[in-house]
Amino acid sequence: MAEDQSYDLSRFKATYFEECAELLATAEETIARLQEGTGSSDDLNALFRCVHSIKGGGGAFAFEDLVHFAHVFETSMDALRSGRAELTPHVADILVRGNDVLGDFVRAAQEGATLPADHGAEVKALLAGIISGEAPPAKAAPVTTPAAIGAEPGFATWTIRLAPAPGLLRTGNDPLLMIRELASLGEMKVAVDRSKLPSLAEMNAQDAYLSWSFTLVTDRGRNAIEEVFEFVAGDSADVTIEQIGVAVDAQEGDGWGLFAPLPPTPDAVAAPTAAAPAGGAAPPAPAQTPAKAGDTGAGGIHTSSIRVDLDRVDRLVNMVGELVITQAMLGQQASGFSIESHPELVQGLQELSHHTRELQESVMAIRAQPIKALFSRAPRLVRDLSAKLNKQAKLVMSGENTEVDKTVIEQLSDPLTHLIRNSLDHGIELPEERIANGKPAEGTIHLGAEHRSGRVIIQVSDDGKGIDRKRVLEKAIEKGLVERGVQLTDEQIDQMIFAPGFSTAAQVSDVSGRGVGMDVVRRNIQDVGGRVVVQSTPGQGSRFILSLPLTLAVMDGMLVSVGIERYVLPLTNIVESLRPTAQQARTLVNVGDVLTLRGDYIRLIRLYDLFGIKNAITDTTRGLVVVVETEGGDRIGLLVDELLGQQQVVIKSLDSNYHPVEGISAATILGDGRVALILDVGALRIMGERLTRAQVEEAARAEAAE
Amino acid sequence: MSENTIRQFISFTIGDEEYGVDIMAIREIKGWTASTALPNAPRYMRGVINLRGAIVPILDLRSRFGRGSTDATPRHVIMVVAVGSRVAGILVDAVADILAVAGDDIQPVPQLEHAAAGFLTGLVTVEGRMVAVLDLDHVFAFDDMDMSGAEAAA
Repeated sequence: MAEDQSYDLSRFKATYFEECAELLATAEETIARLQEGTGSSDDLNALFRCVHSIKGGGGAFAFEDLVHFAHVFETSMDALRSGRAELTPHVADILVRGNDVLGDFVRAAQEGATLPADHGAEVKALLAGIISGEAPPAKAAPVTTPAAIGAEPGFATWTIRLAPAPGLLRTGNDPLLMIRELASLGEMKVAVDRSKLPSLAEMNAQDAYLSWSFTLVTDRGRNAIEEVFEFVAGDSADVTIEQIGVAVDAQEGDGWGLFAPLPPTPDAVAAPTAAAPAGGAAPPAPAQTPAKAGDTGAGGIHTSSIRVDLDRVDRLVNMVGELVITQAMLGQQASGFSIESHPELVQGLQELSHHTRELQESVMAIRAQPIKALFSRAPRLVRDLSAKLNKQAKLVMSGENTEVDKTVIEQLSDPLTHLIRNSLDHGIELPEERIANGKPAEGTIHLGAEHRSGRVIIQVSDDGKGIDRKRVLEKAIEKGLVERGVQLTDEQIDQMIFAPGFSTAAQVSDVSGRGVGMDVVRRNIQDVGGRVVVQSTPGQGSRFILSLPLTLAVMDGMLVSVGIERYVLPLTNIVESLRPTAQQARTLVNVGDVLTLRGDYIRLIRLYDLFGIKNAITDTTRGLVVVVETEGGDRIGLLVDELLGQQQVVIKSLDSNYHPVEGISAATILGDGRVALILDVGALRIMGERLTRAQVEEAARAEAAE
Repeated sequence: MSENTIRQFISFTIGDEEYGVDIMAIREIKGWTASTALPNAPRYMRGVINLRGAIVPILDLRSRFGRGSTDATPRHVIMVVAVGSRVAGILVDAVADILAVAGDDIQPVPQLEHAAAGFLTGLVTVEGRMVAVLDLDHVFAFDDMDMSGAEAAA
């Protein structure tokens, strides 16, 4: 647990320093414009924001020196942008120096080094001079209370935490009054901790749920603060009071000393406080993990990553795609040359192929992200929703580190949220019902991701009541989605829930049940070239399986021919290929073509039949059967004429200029410049079954007619 | 747009008939290249071609008008047009002319038992020839194709 936190903290720190580097660079550019006199008020605002962001983040990690300096810098910027001070060339020069010093502080914080106490003091004084120079000091600090202006020795910063007991309000105390009184002591910042706040349904208006952290700059001493909490400290609230800032020597500066003892930003302090019980916990420990020692000699603020505009990455991906096609084309042109006659050419082409692949993989890796980013929202969703629905559910996650293309992750956010909601709302039963059915009161929702056959499979399963097929069917008939009397398989009924406008929820709840959900889920997933299926066992639960392409750009394929047409089969789907004997391939009454393979029966799909291709090999013993596996784990055999070879193909969308074609997932361009279509094995299975059923019905009708 | 604004059309032929497409819709004109058939697509969809890396569907206009398939040779022409945000090709026999027509010279299409009537927005007479102006949106009503594709598959 503790390890996790420190790990996370160091990650956030790394992000912060990356941001700092960017912000400092932006600030520098902005100041340069201001120096030239070409700057606008927008530039002043931008500069203010840069400094403010650096300060804010610095506060979160308790980089006190940095925050102190940034605060003075920020205040001087504020004076400039509000017109209280004028931007003269002299002032612009001070800003340049200010930015440099700020950079020093950031660097020192990143390296875990300590700068001399008076580092940048001169610049700090100059910056403060901007505030005080053209405007009276009192105006420079509008938040200053009269008490603080007195600025006498003994001025100090305090952090005070107030965590009321739930019954605080019933004892006649009001936190608001205390906060007001506290504020009257000096300059105060407040952060509220809402983590204990329950959902609206569970909230008791008479209970106190909020707790606060205050940072107070005052000269009034501990007693004055303690007095505020006199009536509540101990029994009806936990109160801790700590001095964090050192007393400031009032003579140190001319008016800006007020800003020096700036406390860490309270927002960051708030969260840990809530967890830690009162009792004089030390102020947030300074970072334990100094940034890794790198090439510090360079003097720049080094970053281990850069942020790149997504468009640039996309351009790169497209370019690599074109390169793969060109490489395939060259390879095809040179396939007639032997290594003996043209050793350099053949070897060069092999290397080109090797490098192209490596390049392509590297480019894809740029876009890949662990799916964790998507999953991390689920625990909260489950917790909140189960409370809202009075259900008990725990979430089990697996495969969070599975990497998926960024676009896919973005597109998945909504569907996944909806599926989890659906599982909780329609799947998991109320605790009483579960116990009555011999299940543990607490339901389980499993969210898993894995790579399988070149795709990413995401599953959302629950151990709830499963799909109520009877009700689904009734509803489907009622909505006119199926005709009464039509015989549907269980599987077909289950898939009905994805039909547009379908919802079985007896009452529309605010969680799910508006009937727009599942078809939107399916559409979102189809938009990124994915598929969603549902498996359900009544009384035992449902499982939604999302199958998504791993990358949206390139894949390994097997080129097959059927008649005059050529198709690409994703290599990852292929299990084996064989030329069946007459004994292996059978046509069974009411079932259609099957293939016996080492004792298993697999459905045989004649691709020429499905796609209406002429002049293809129709005799199974003369053609080739490619055994493929769908994402659902089903195996089918595809009858093709022959295998033409394996190659990398660039996935090109068919939808951008046409519309989706059933059985085809995308298109690609072959080495000869012709387009080949990429087969969608899962869809072929469904089409095959439909075709067989149609043929069986046709045969039955013909028989009946006789 | 005023009625007298001059509009430019590129006209092409299918058999003896001449049709026009607004020049602004045309992206390029290229010779016929073999296309890859789309399974279970309507008969008038000739398939898709590779147009510098983009997959572009090709529609056989003769077949779209219900007059049988074009027996495409390298002398046939693909007019690449933009329809909304999509790019598509029309297979025609030959490109004929570039026409400049005043807006009010475009006559409405008479309600005739003409197979192509639904695909036309107007008629123009140029040097004694009749040129029918195509309604590209209608010609490429992909939703209709969706339907017919599904029927063909079922």
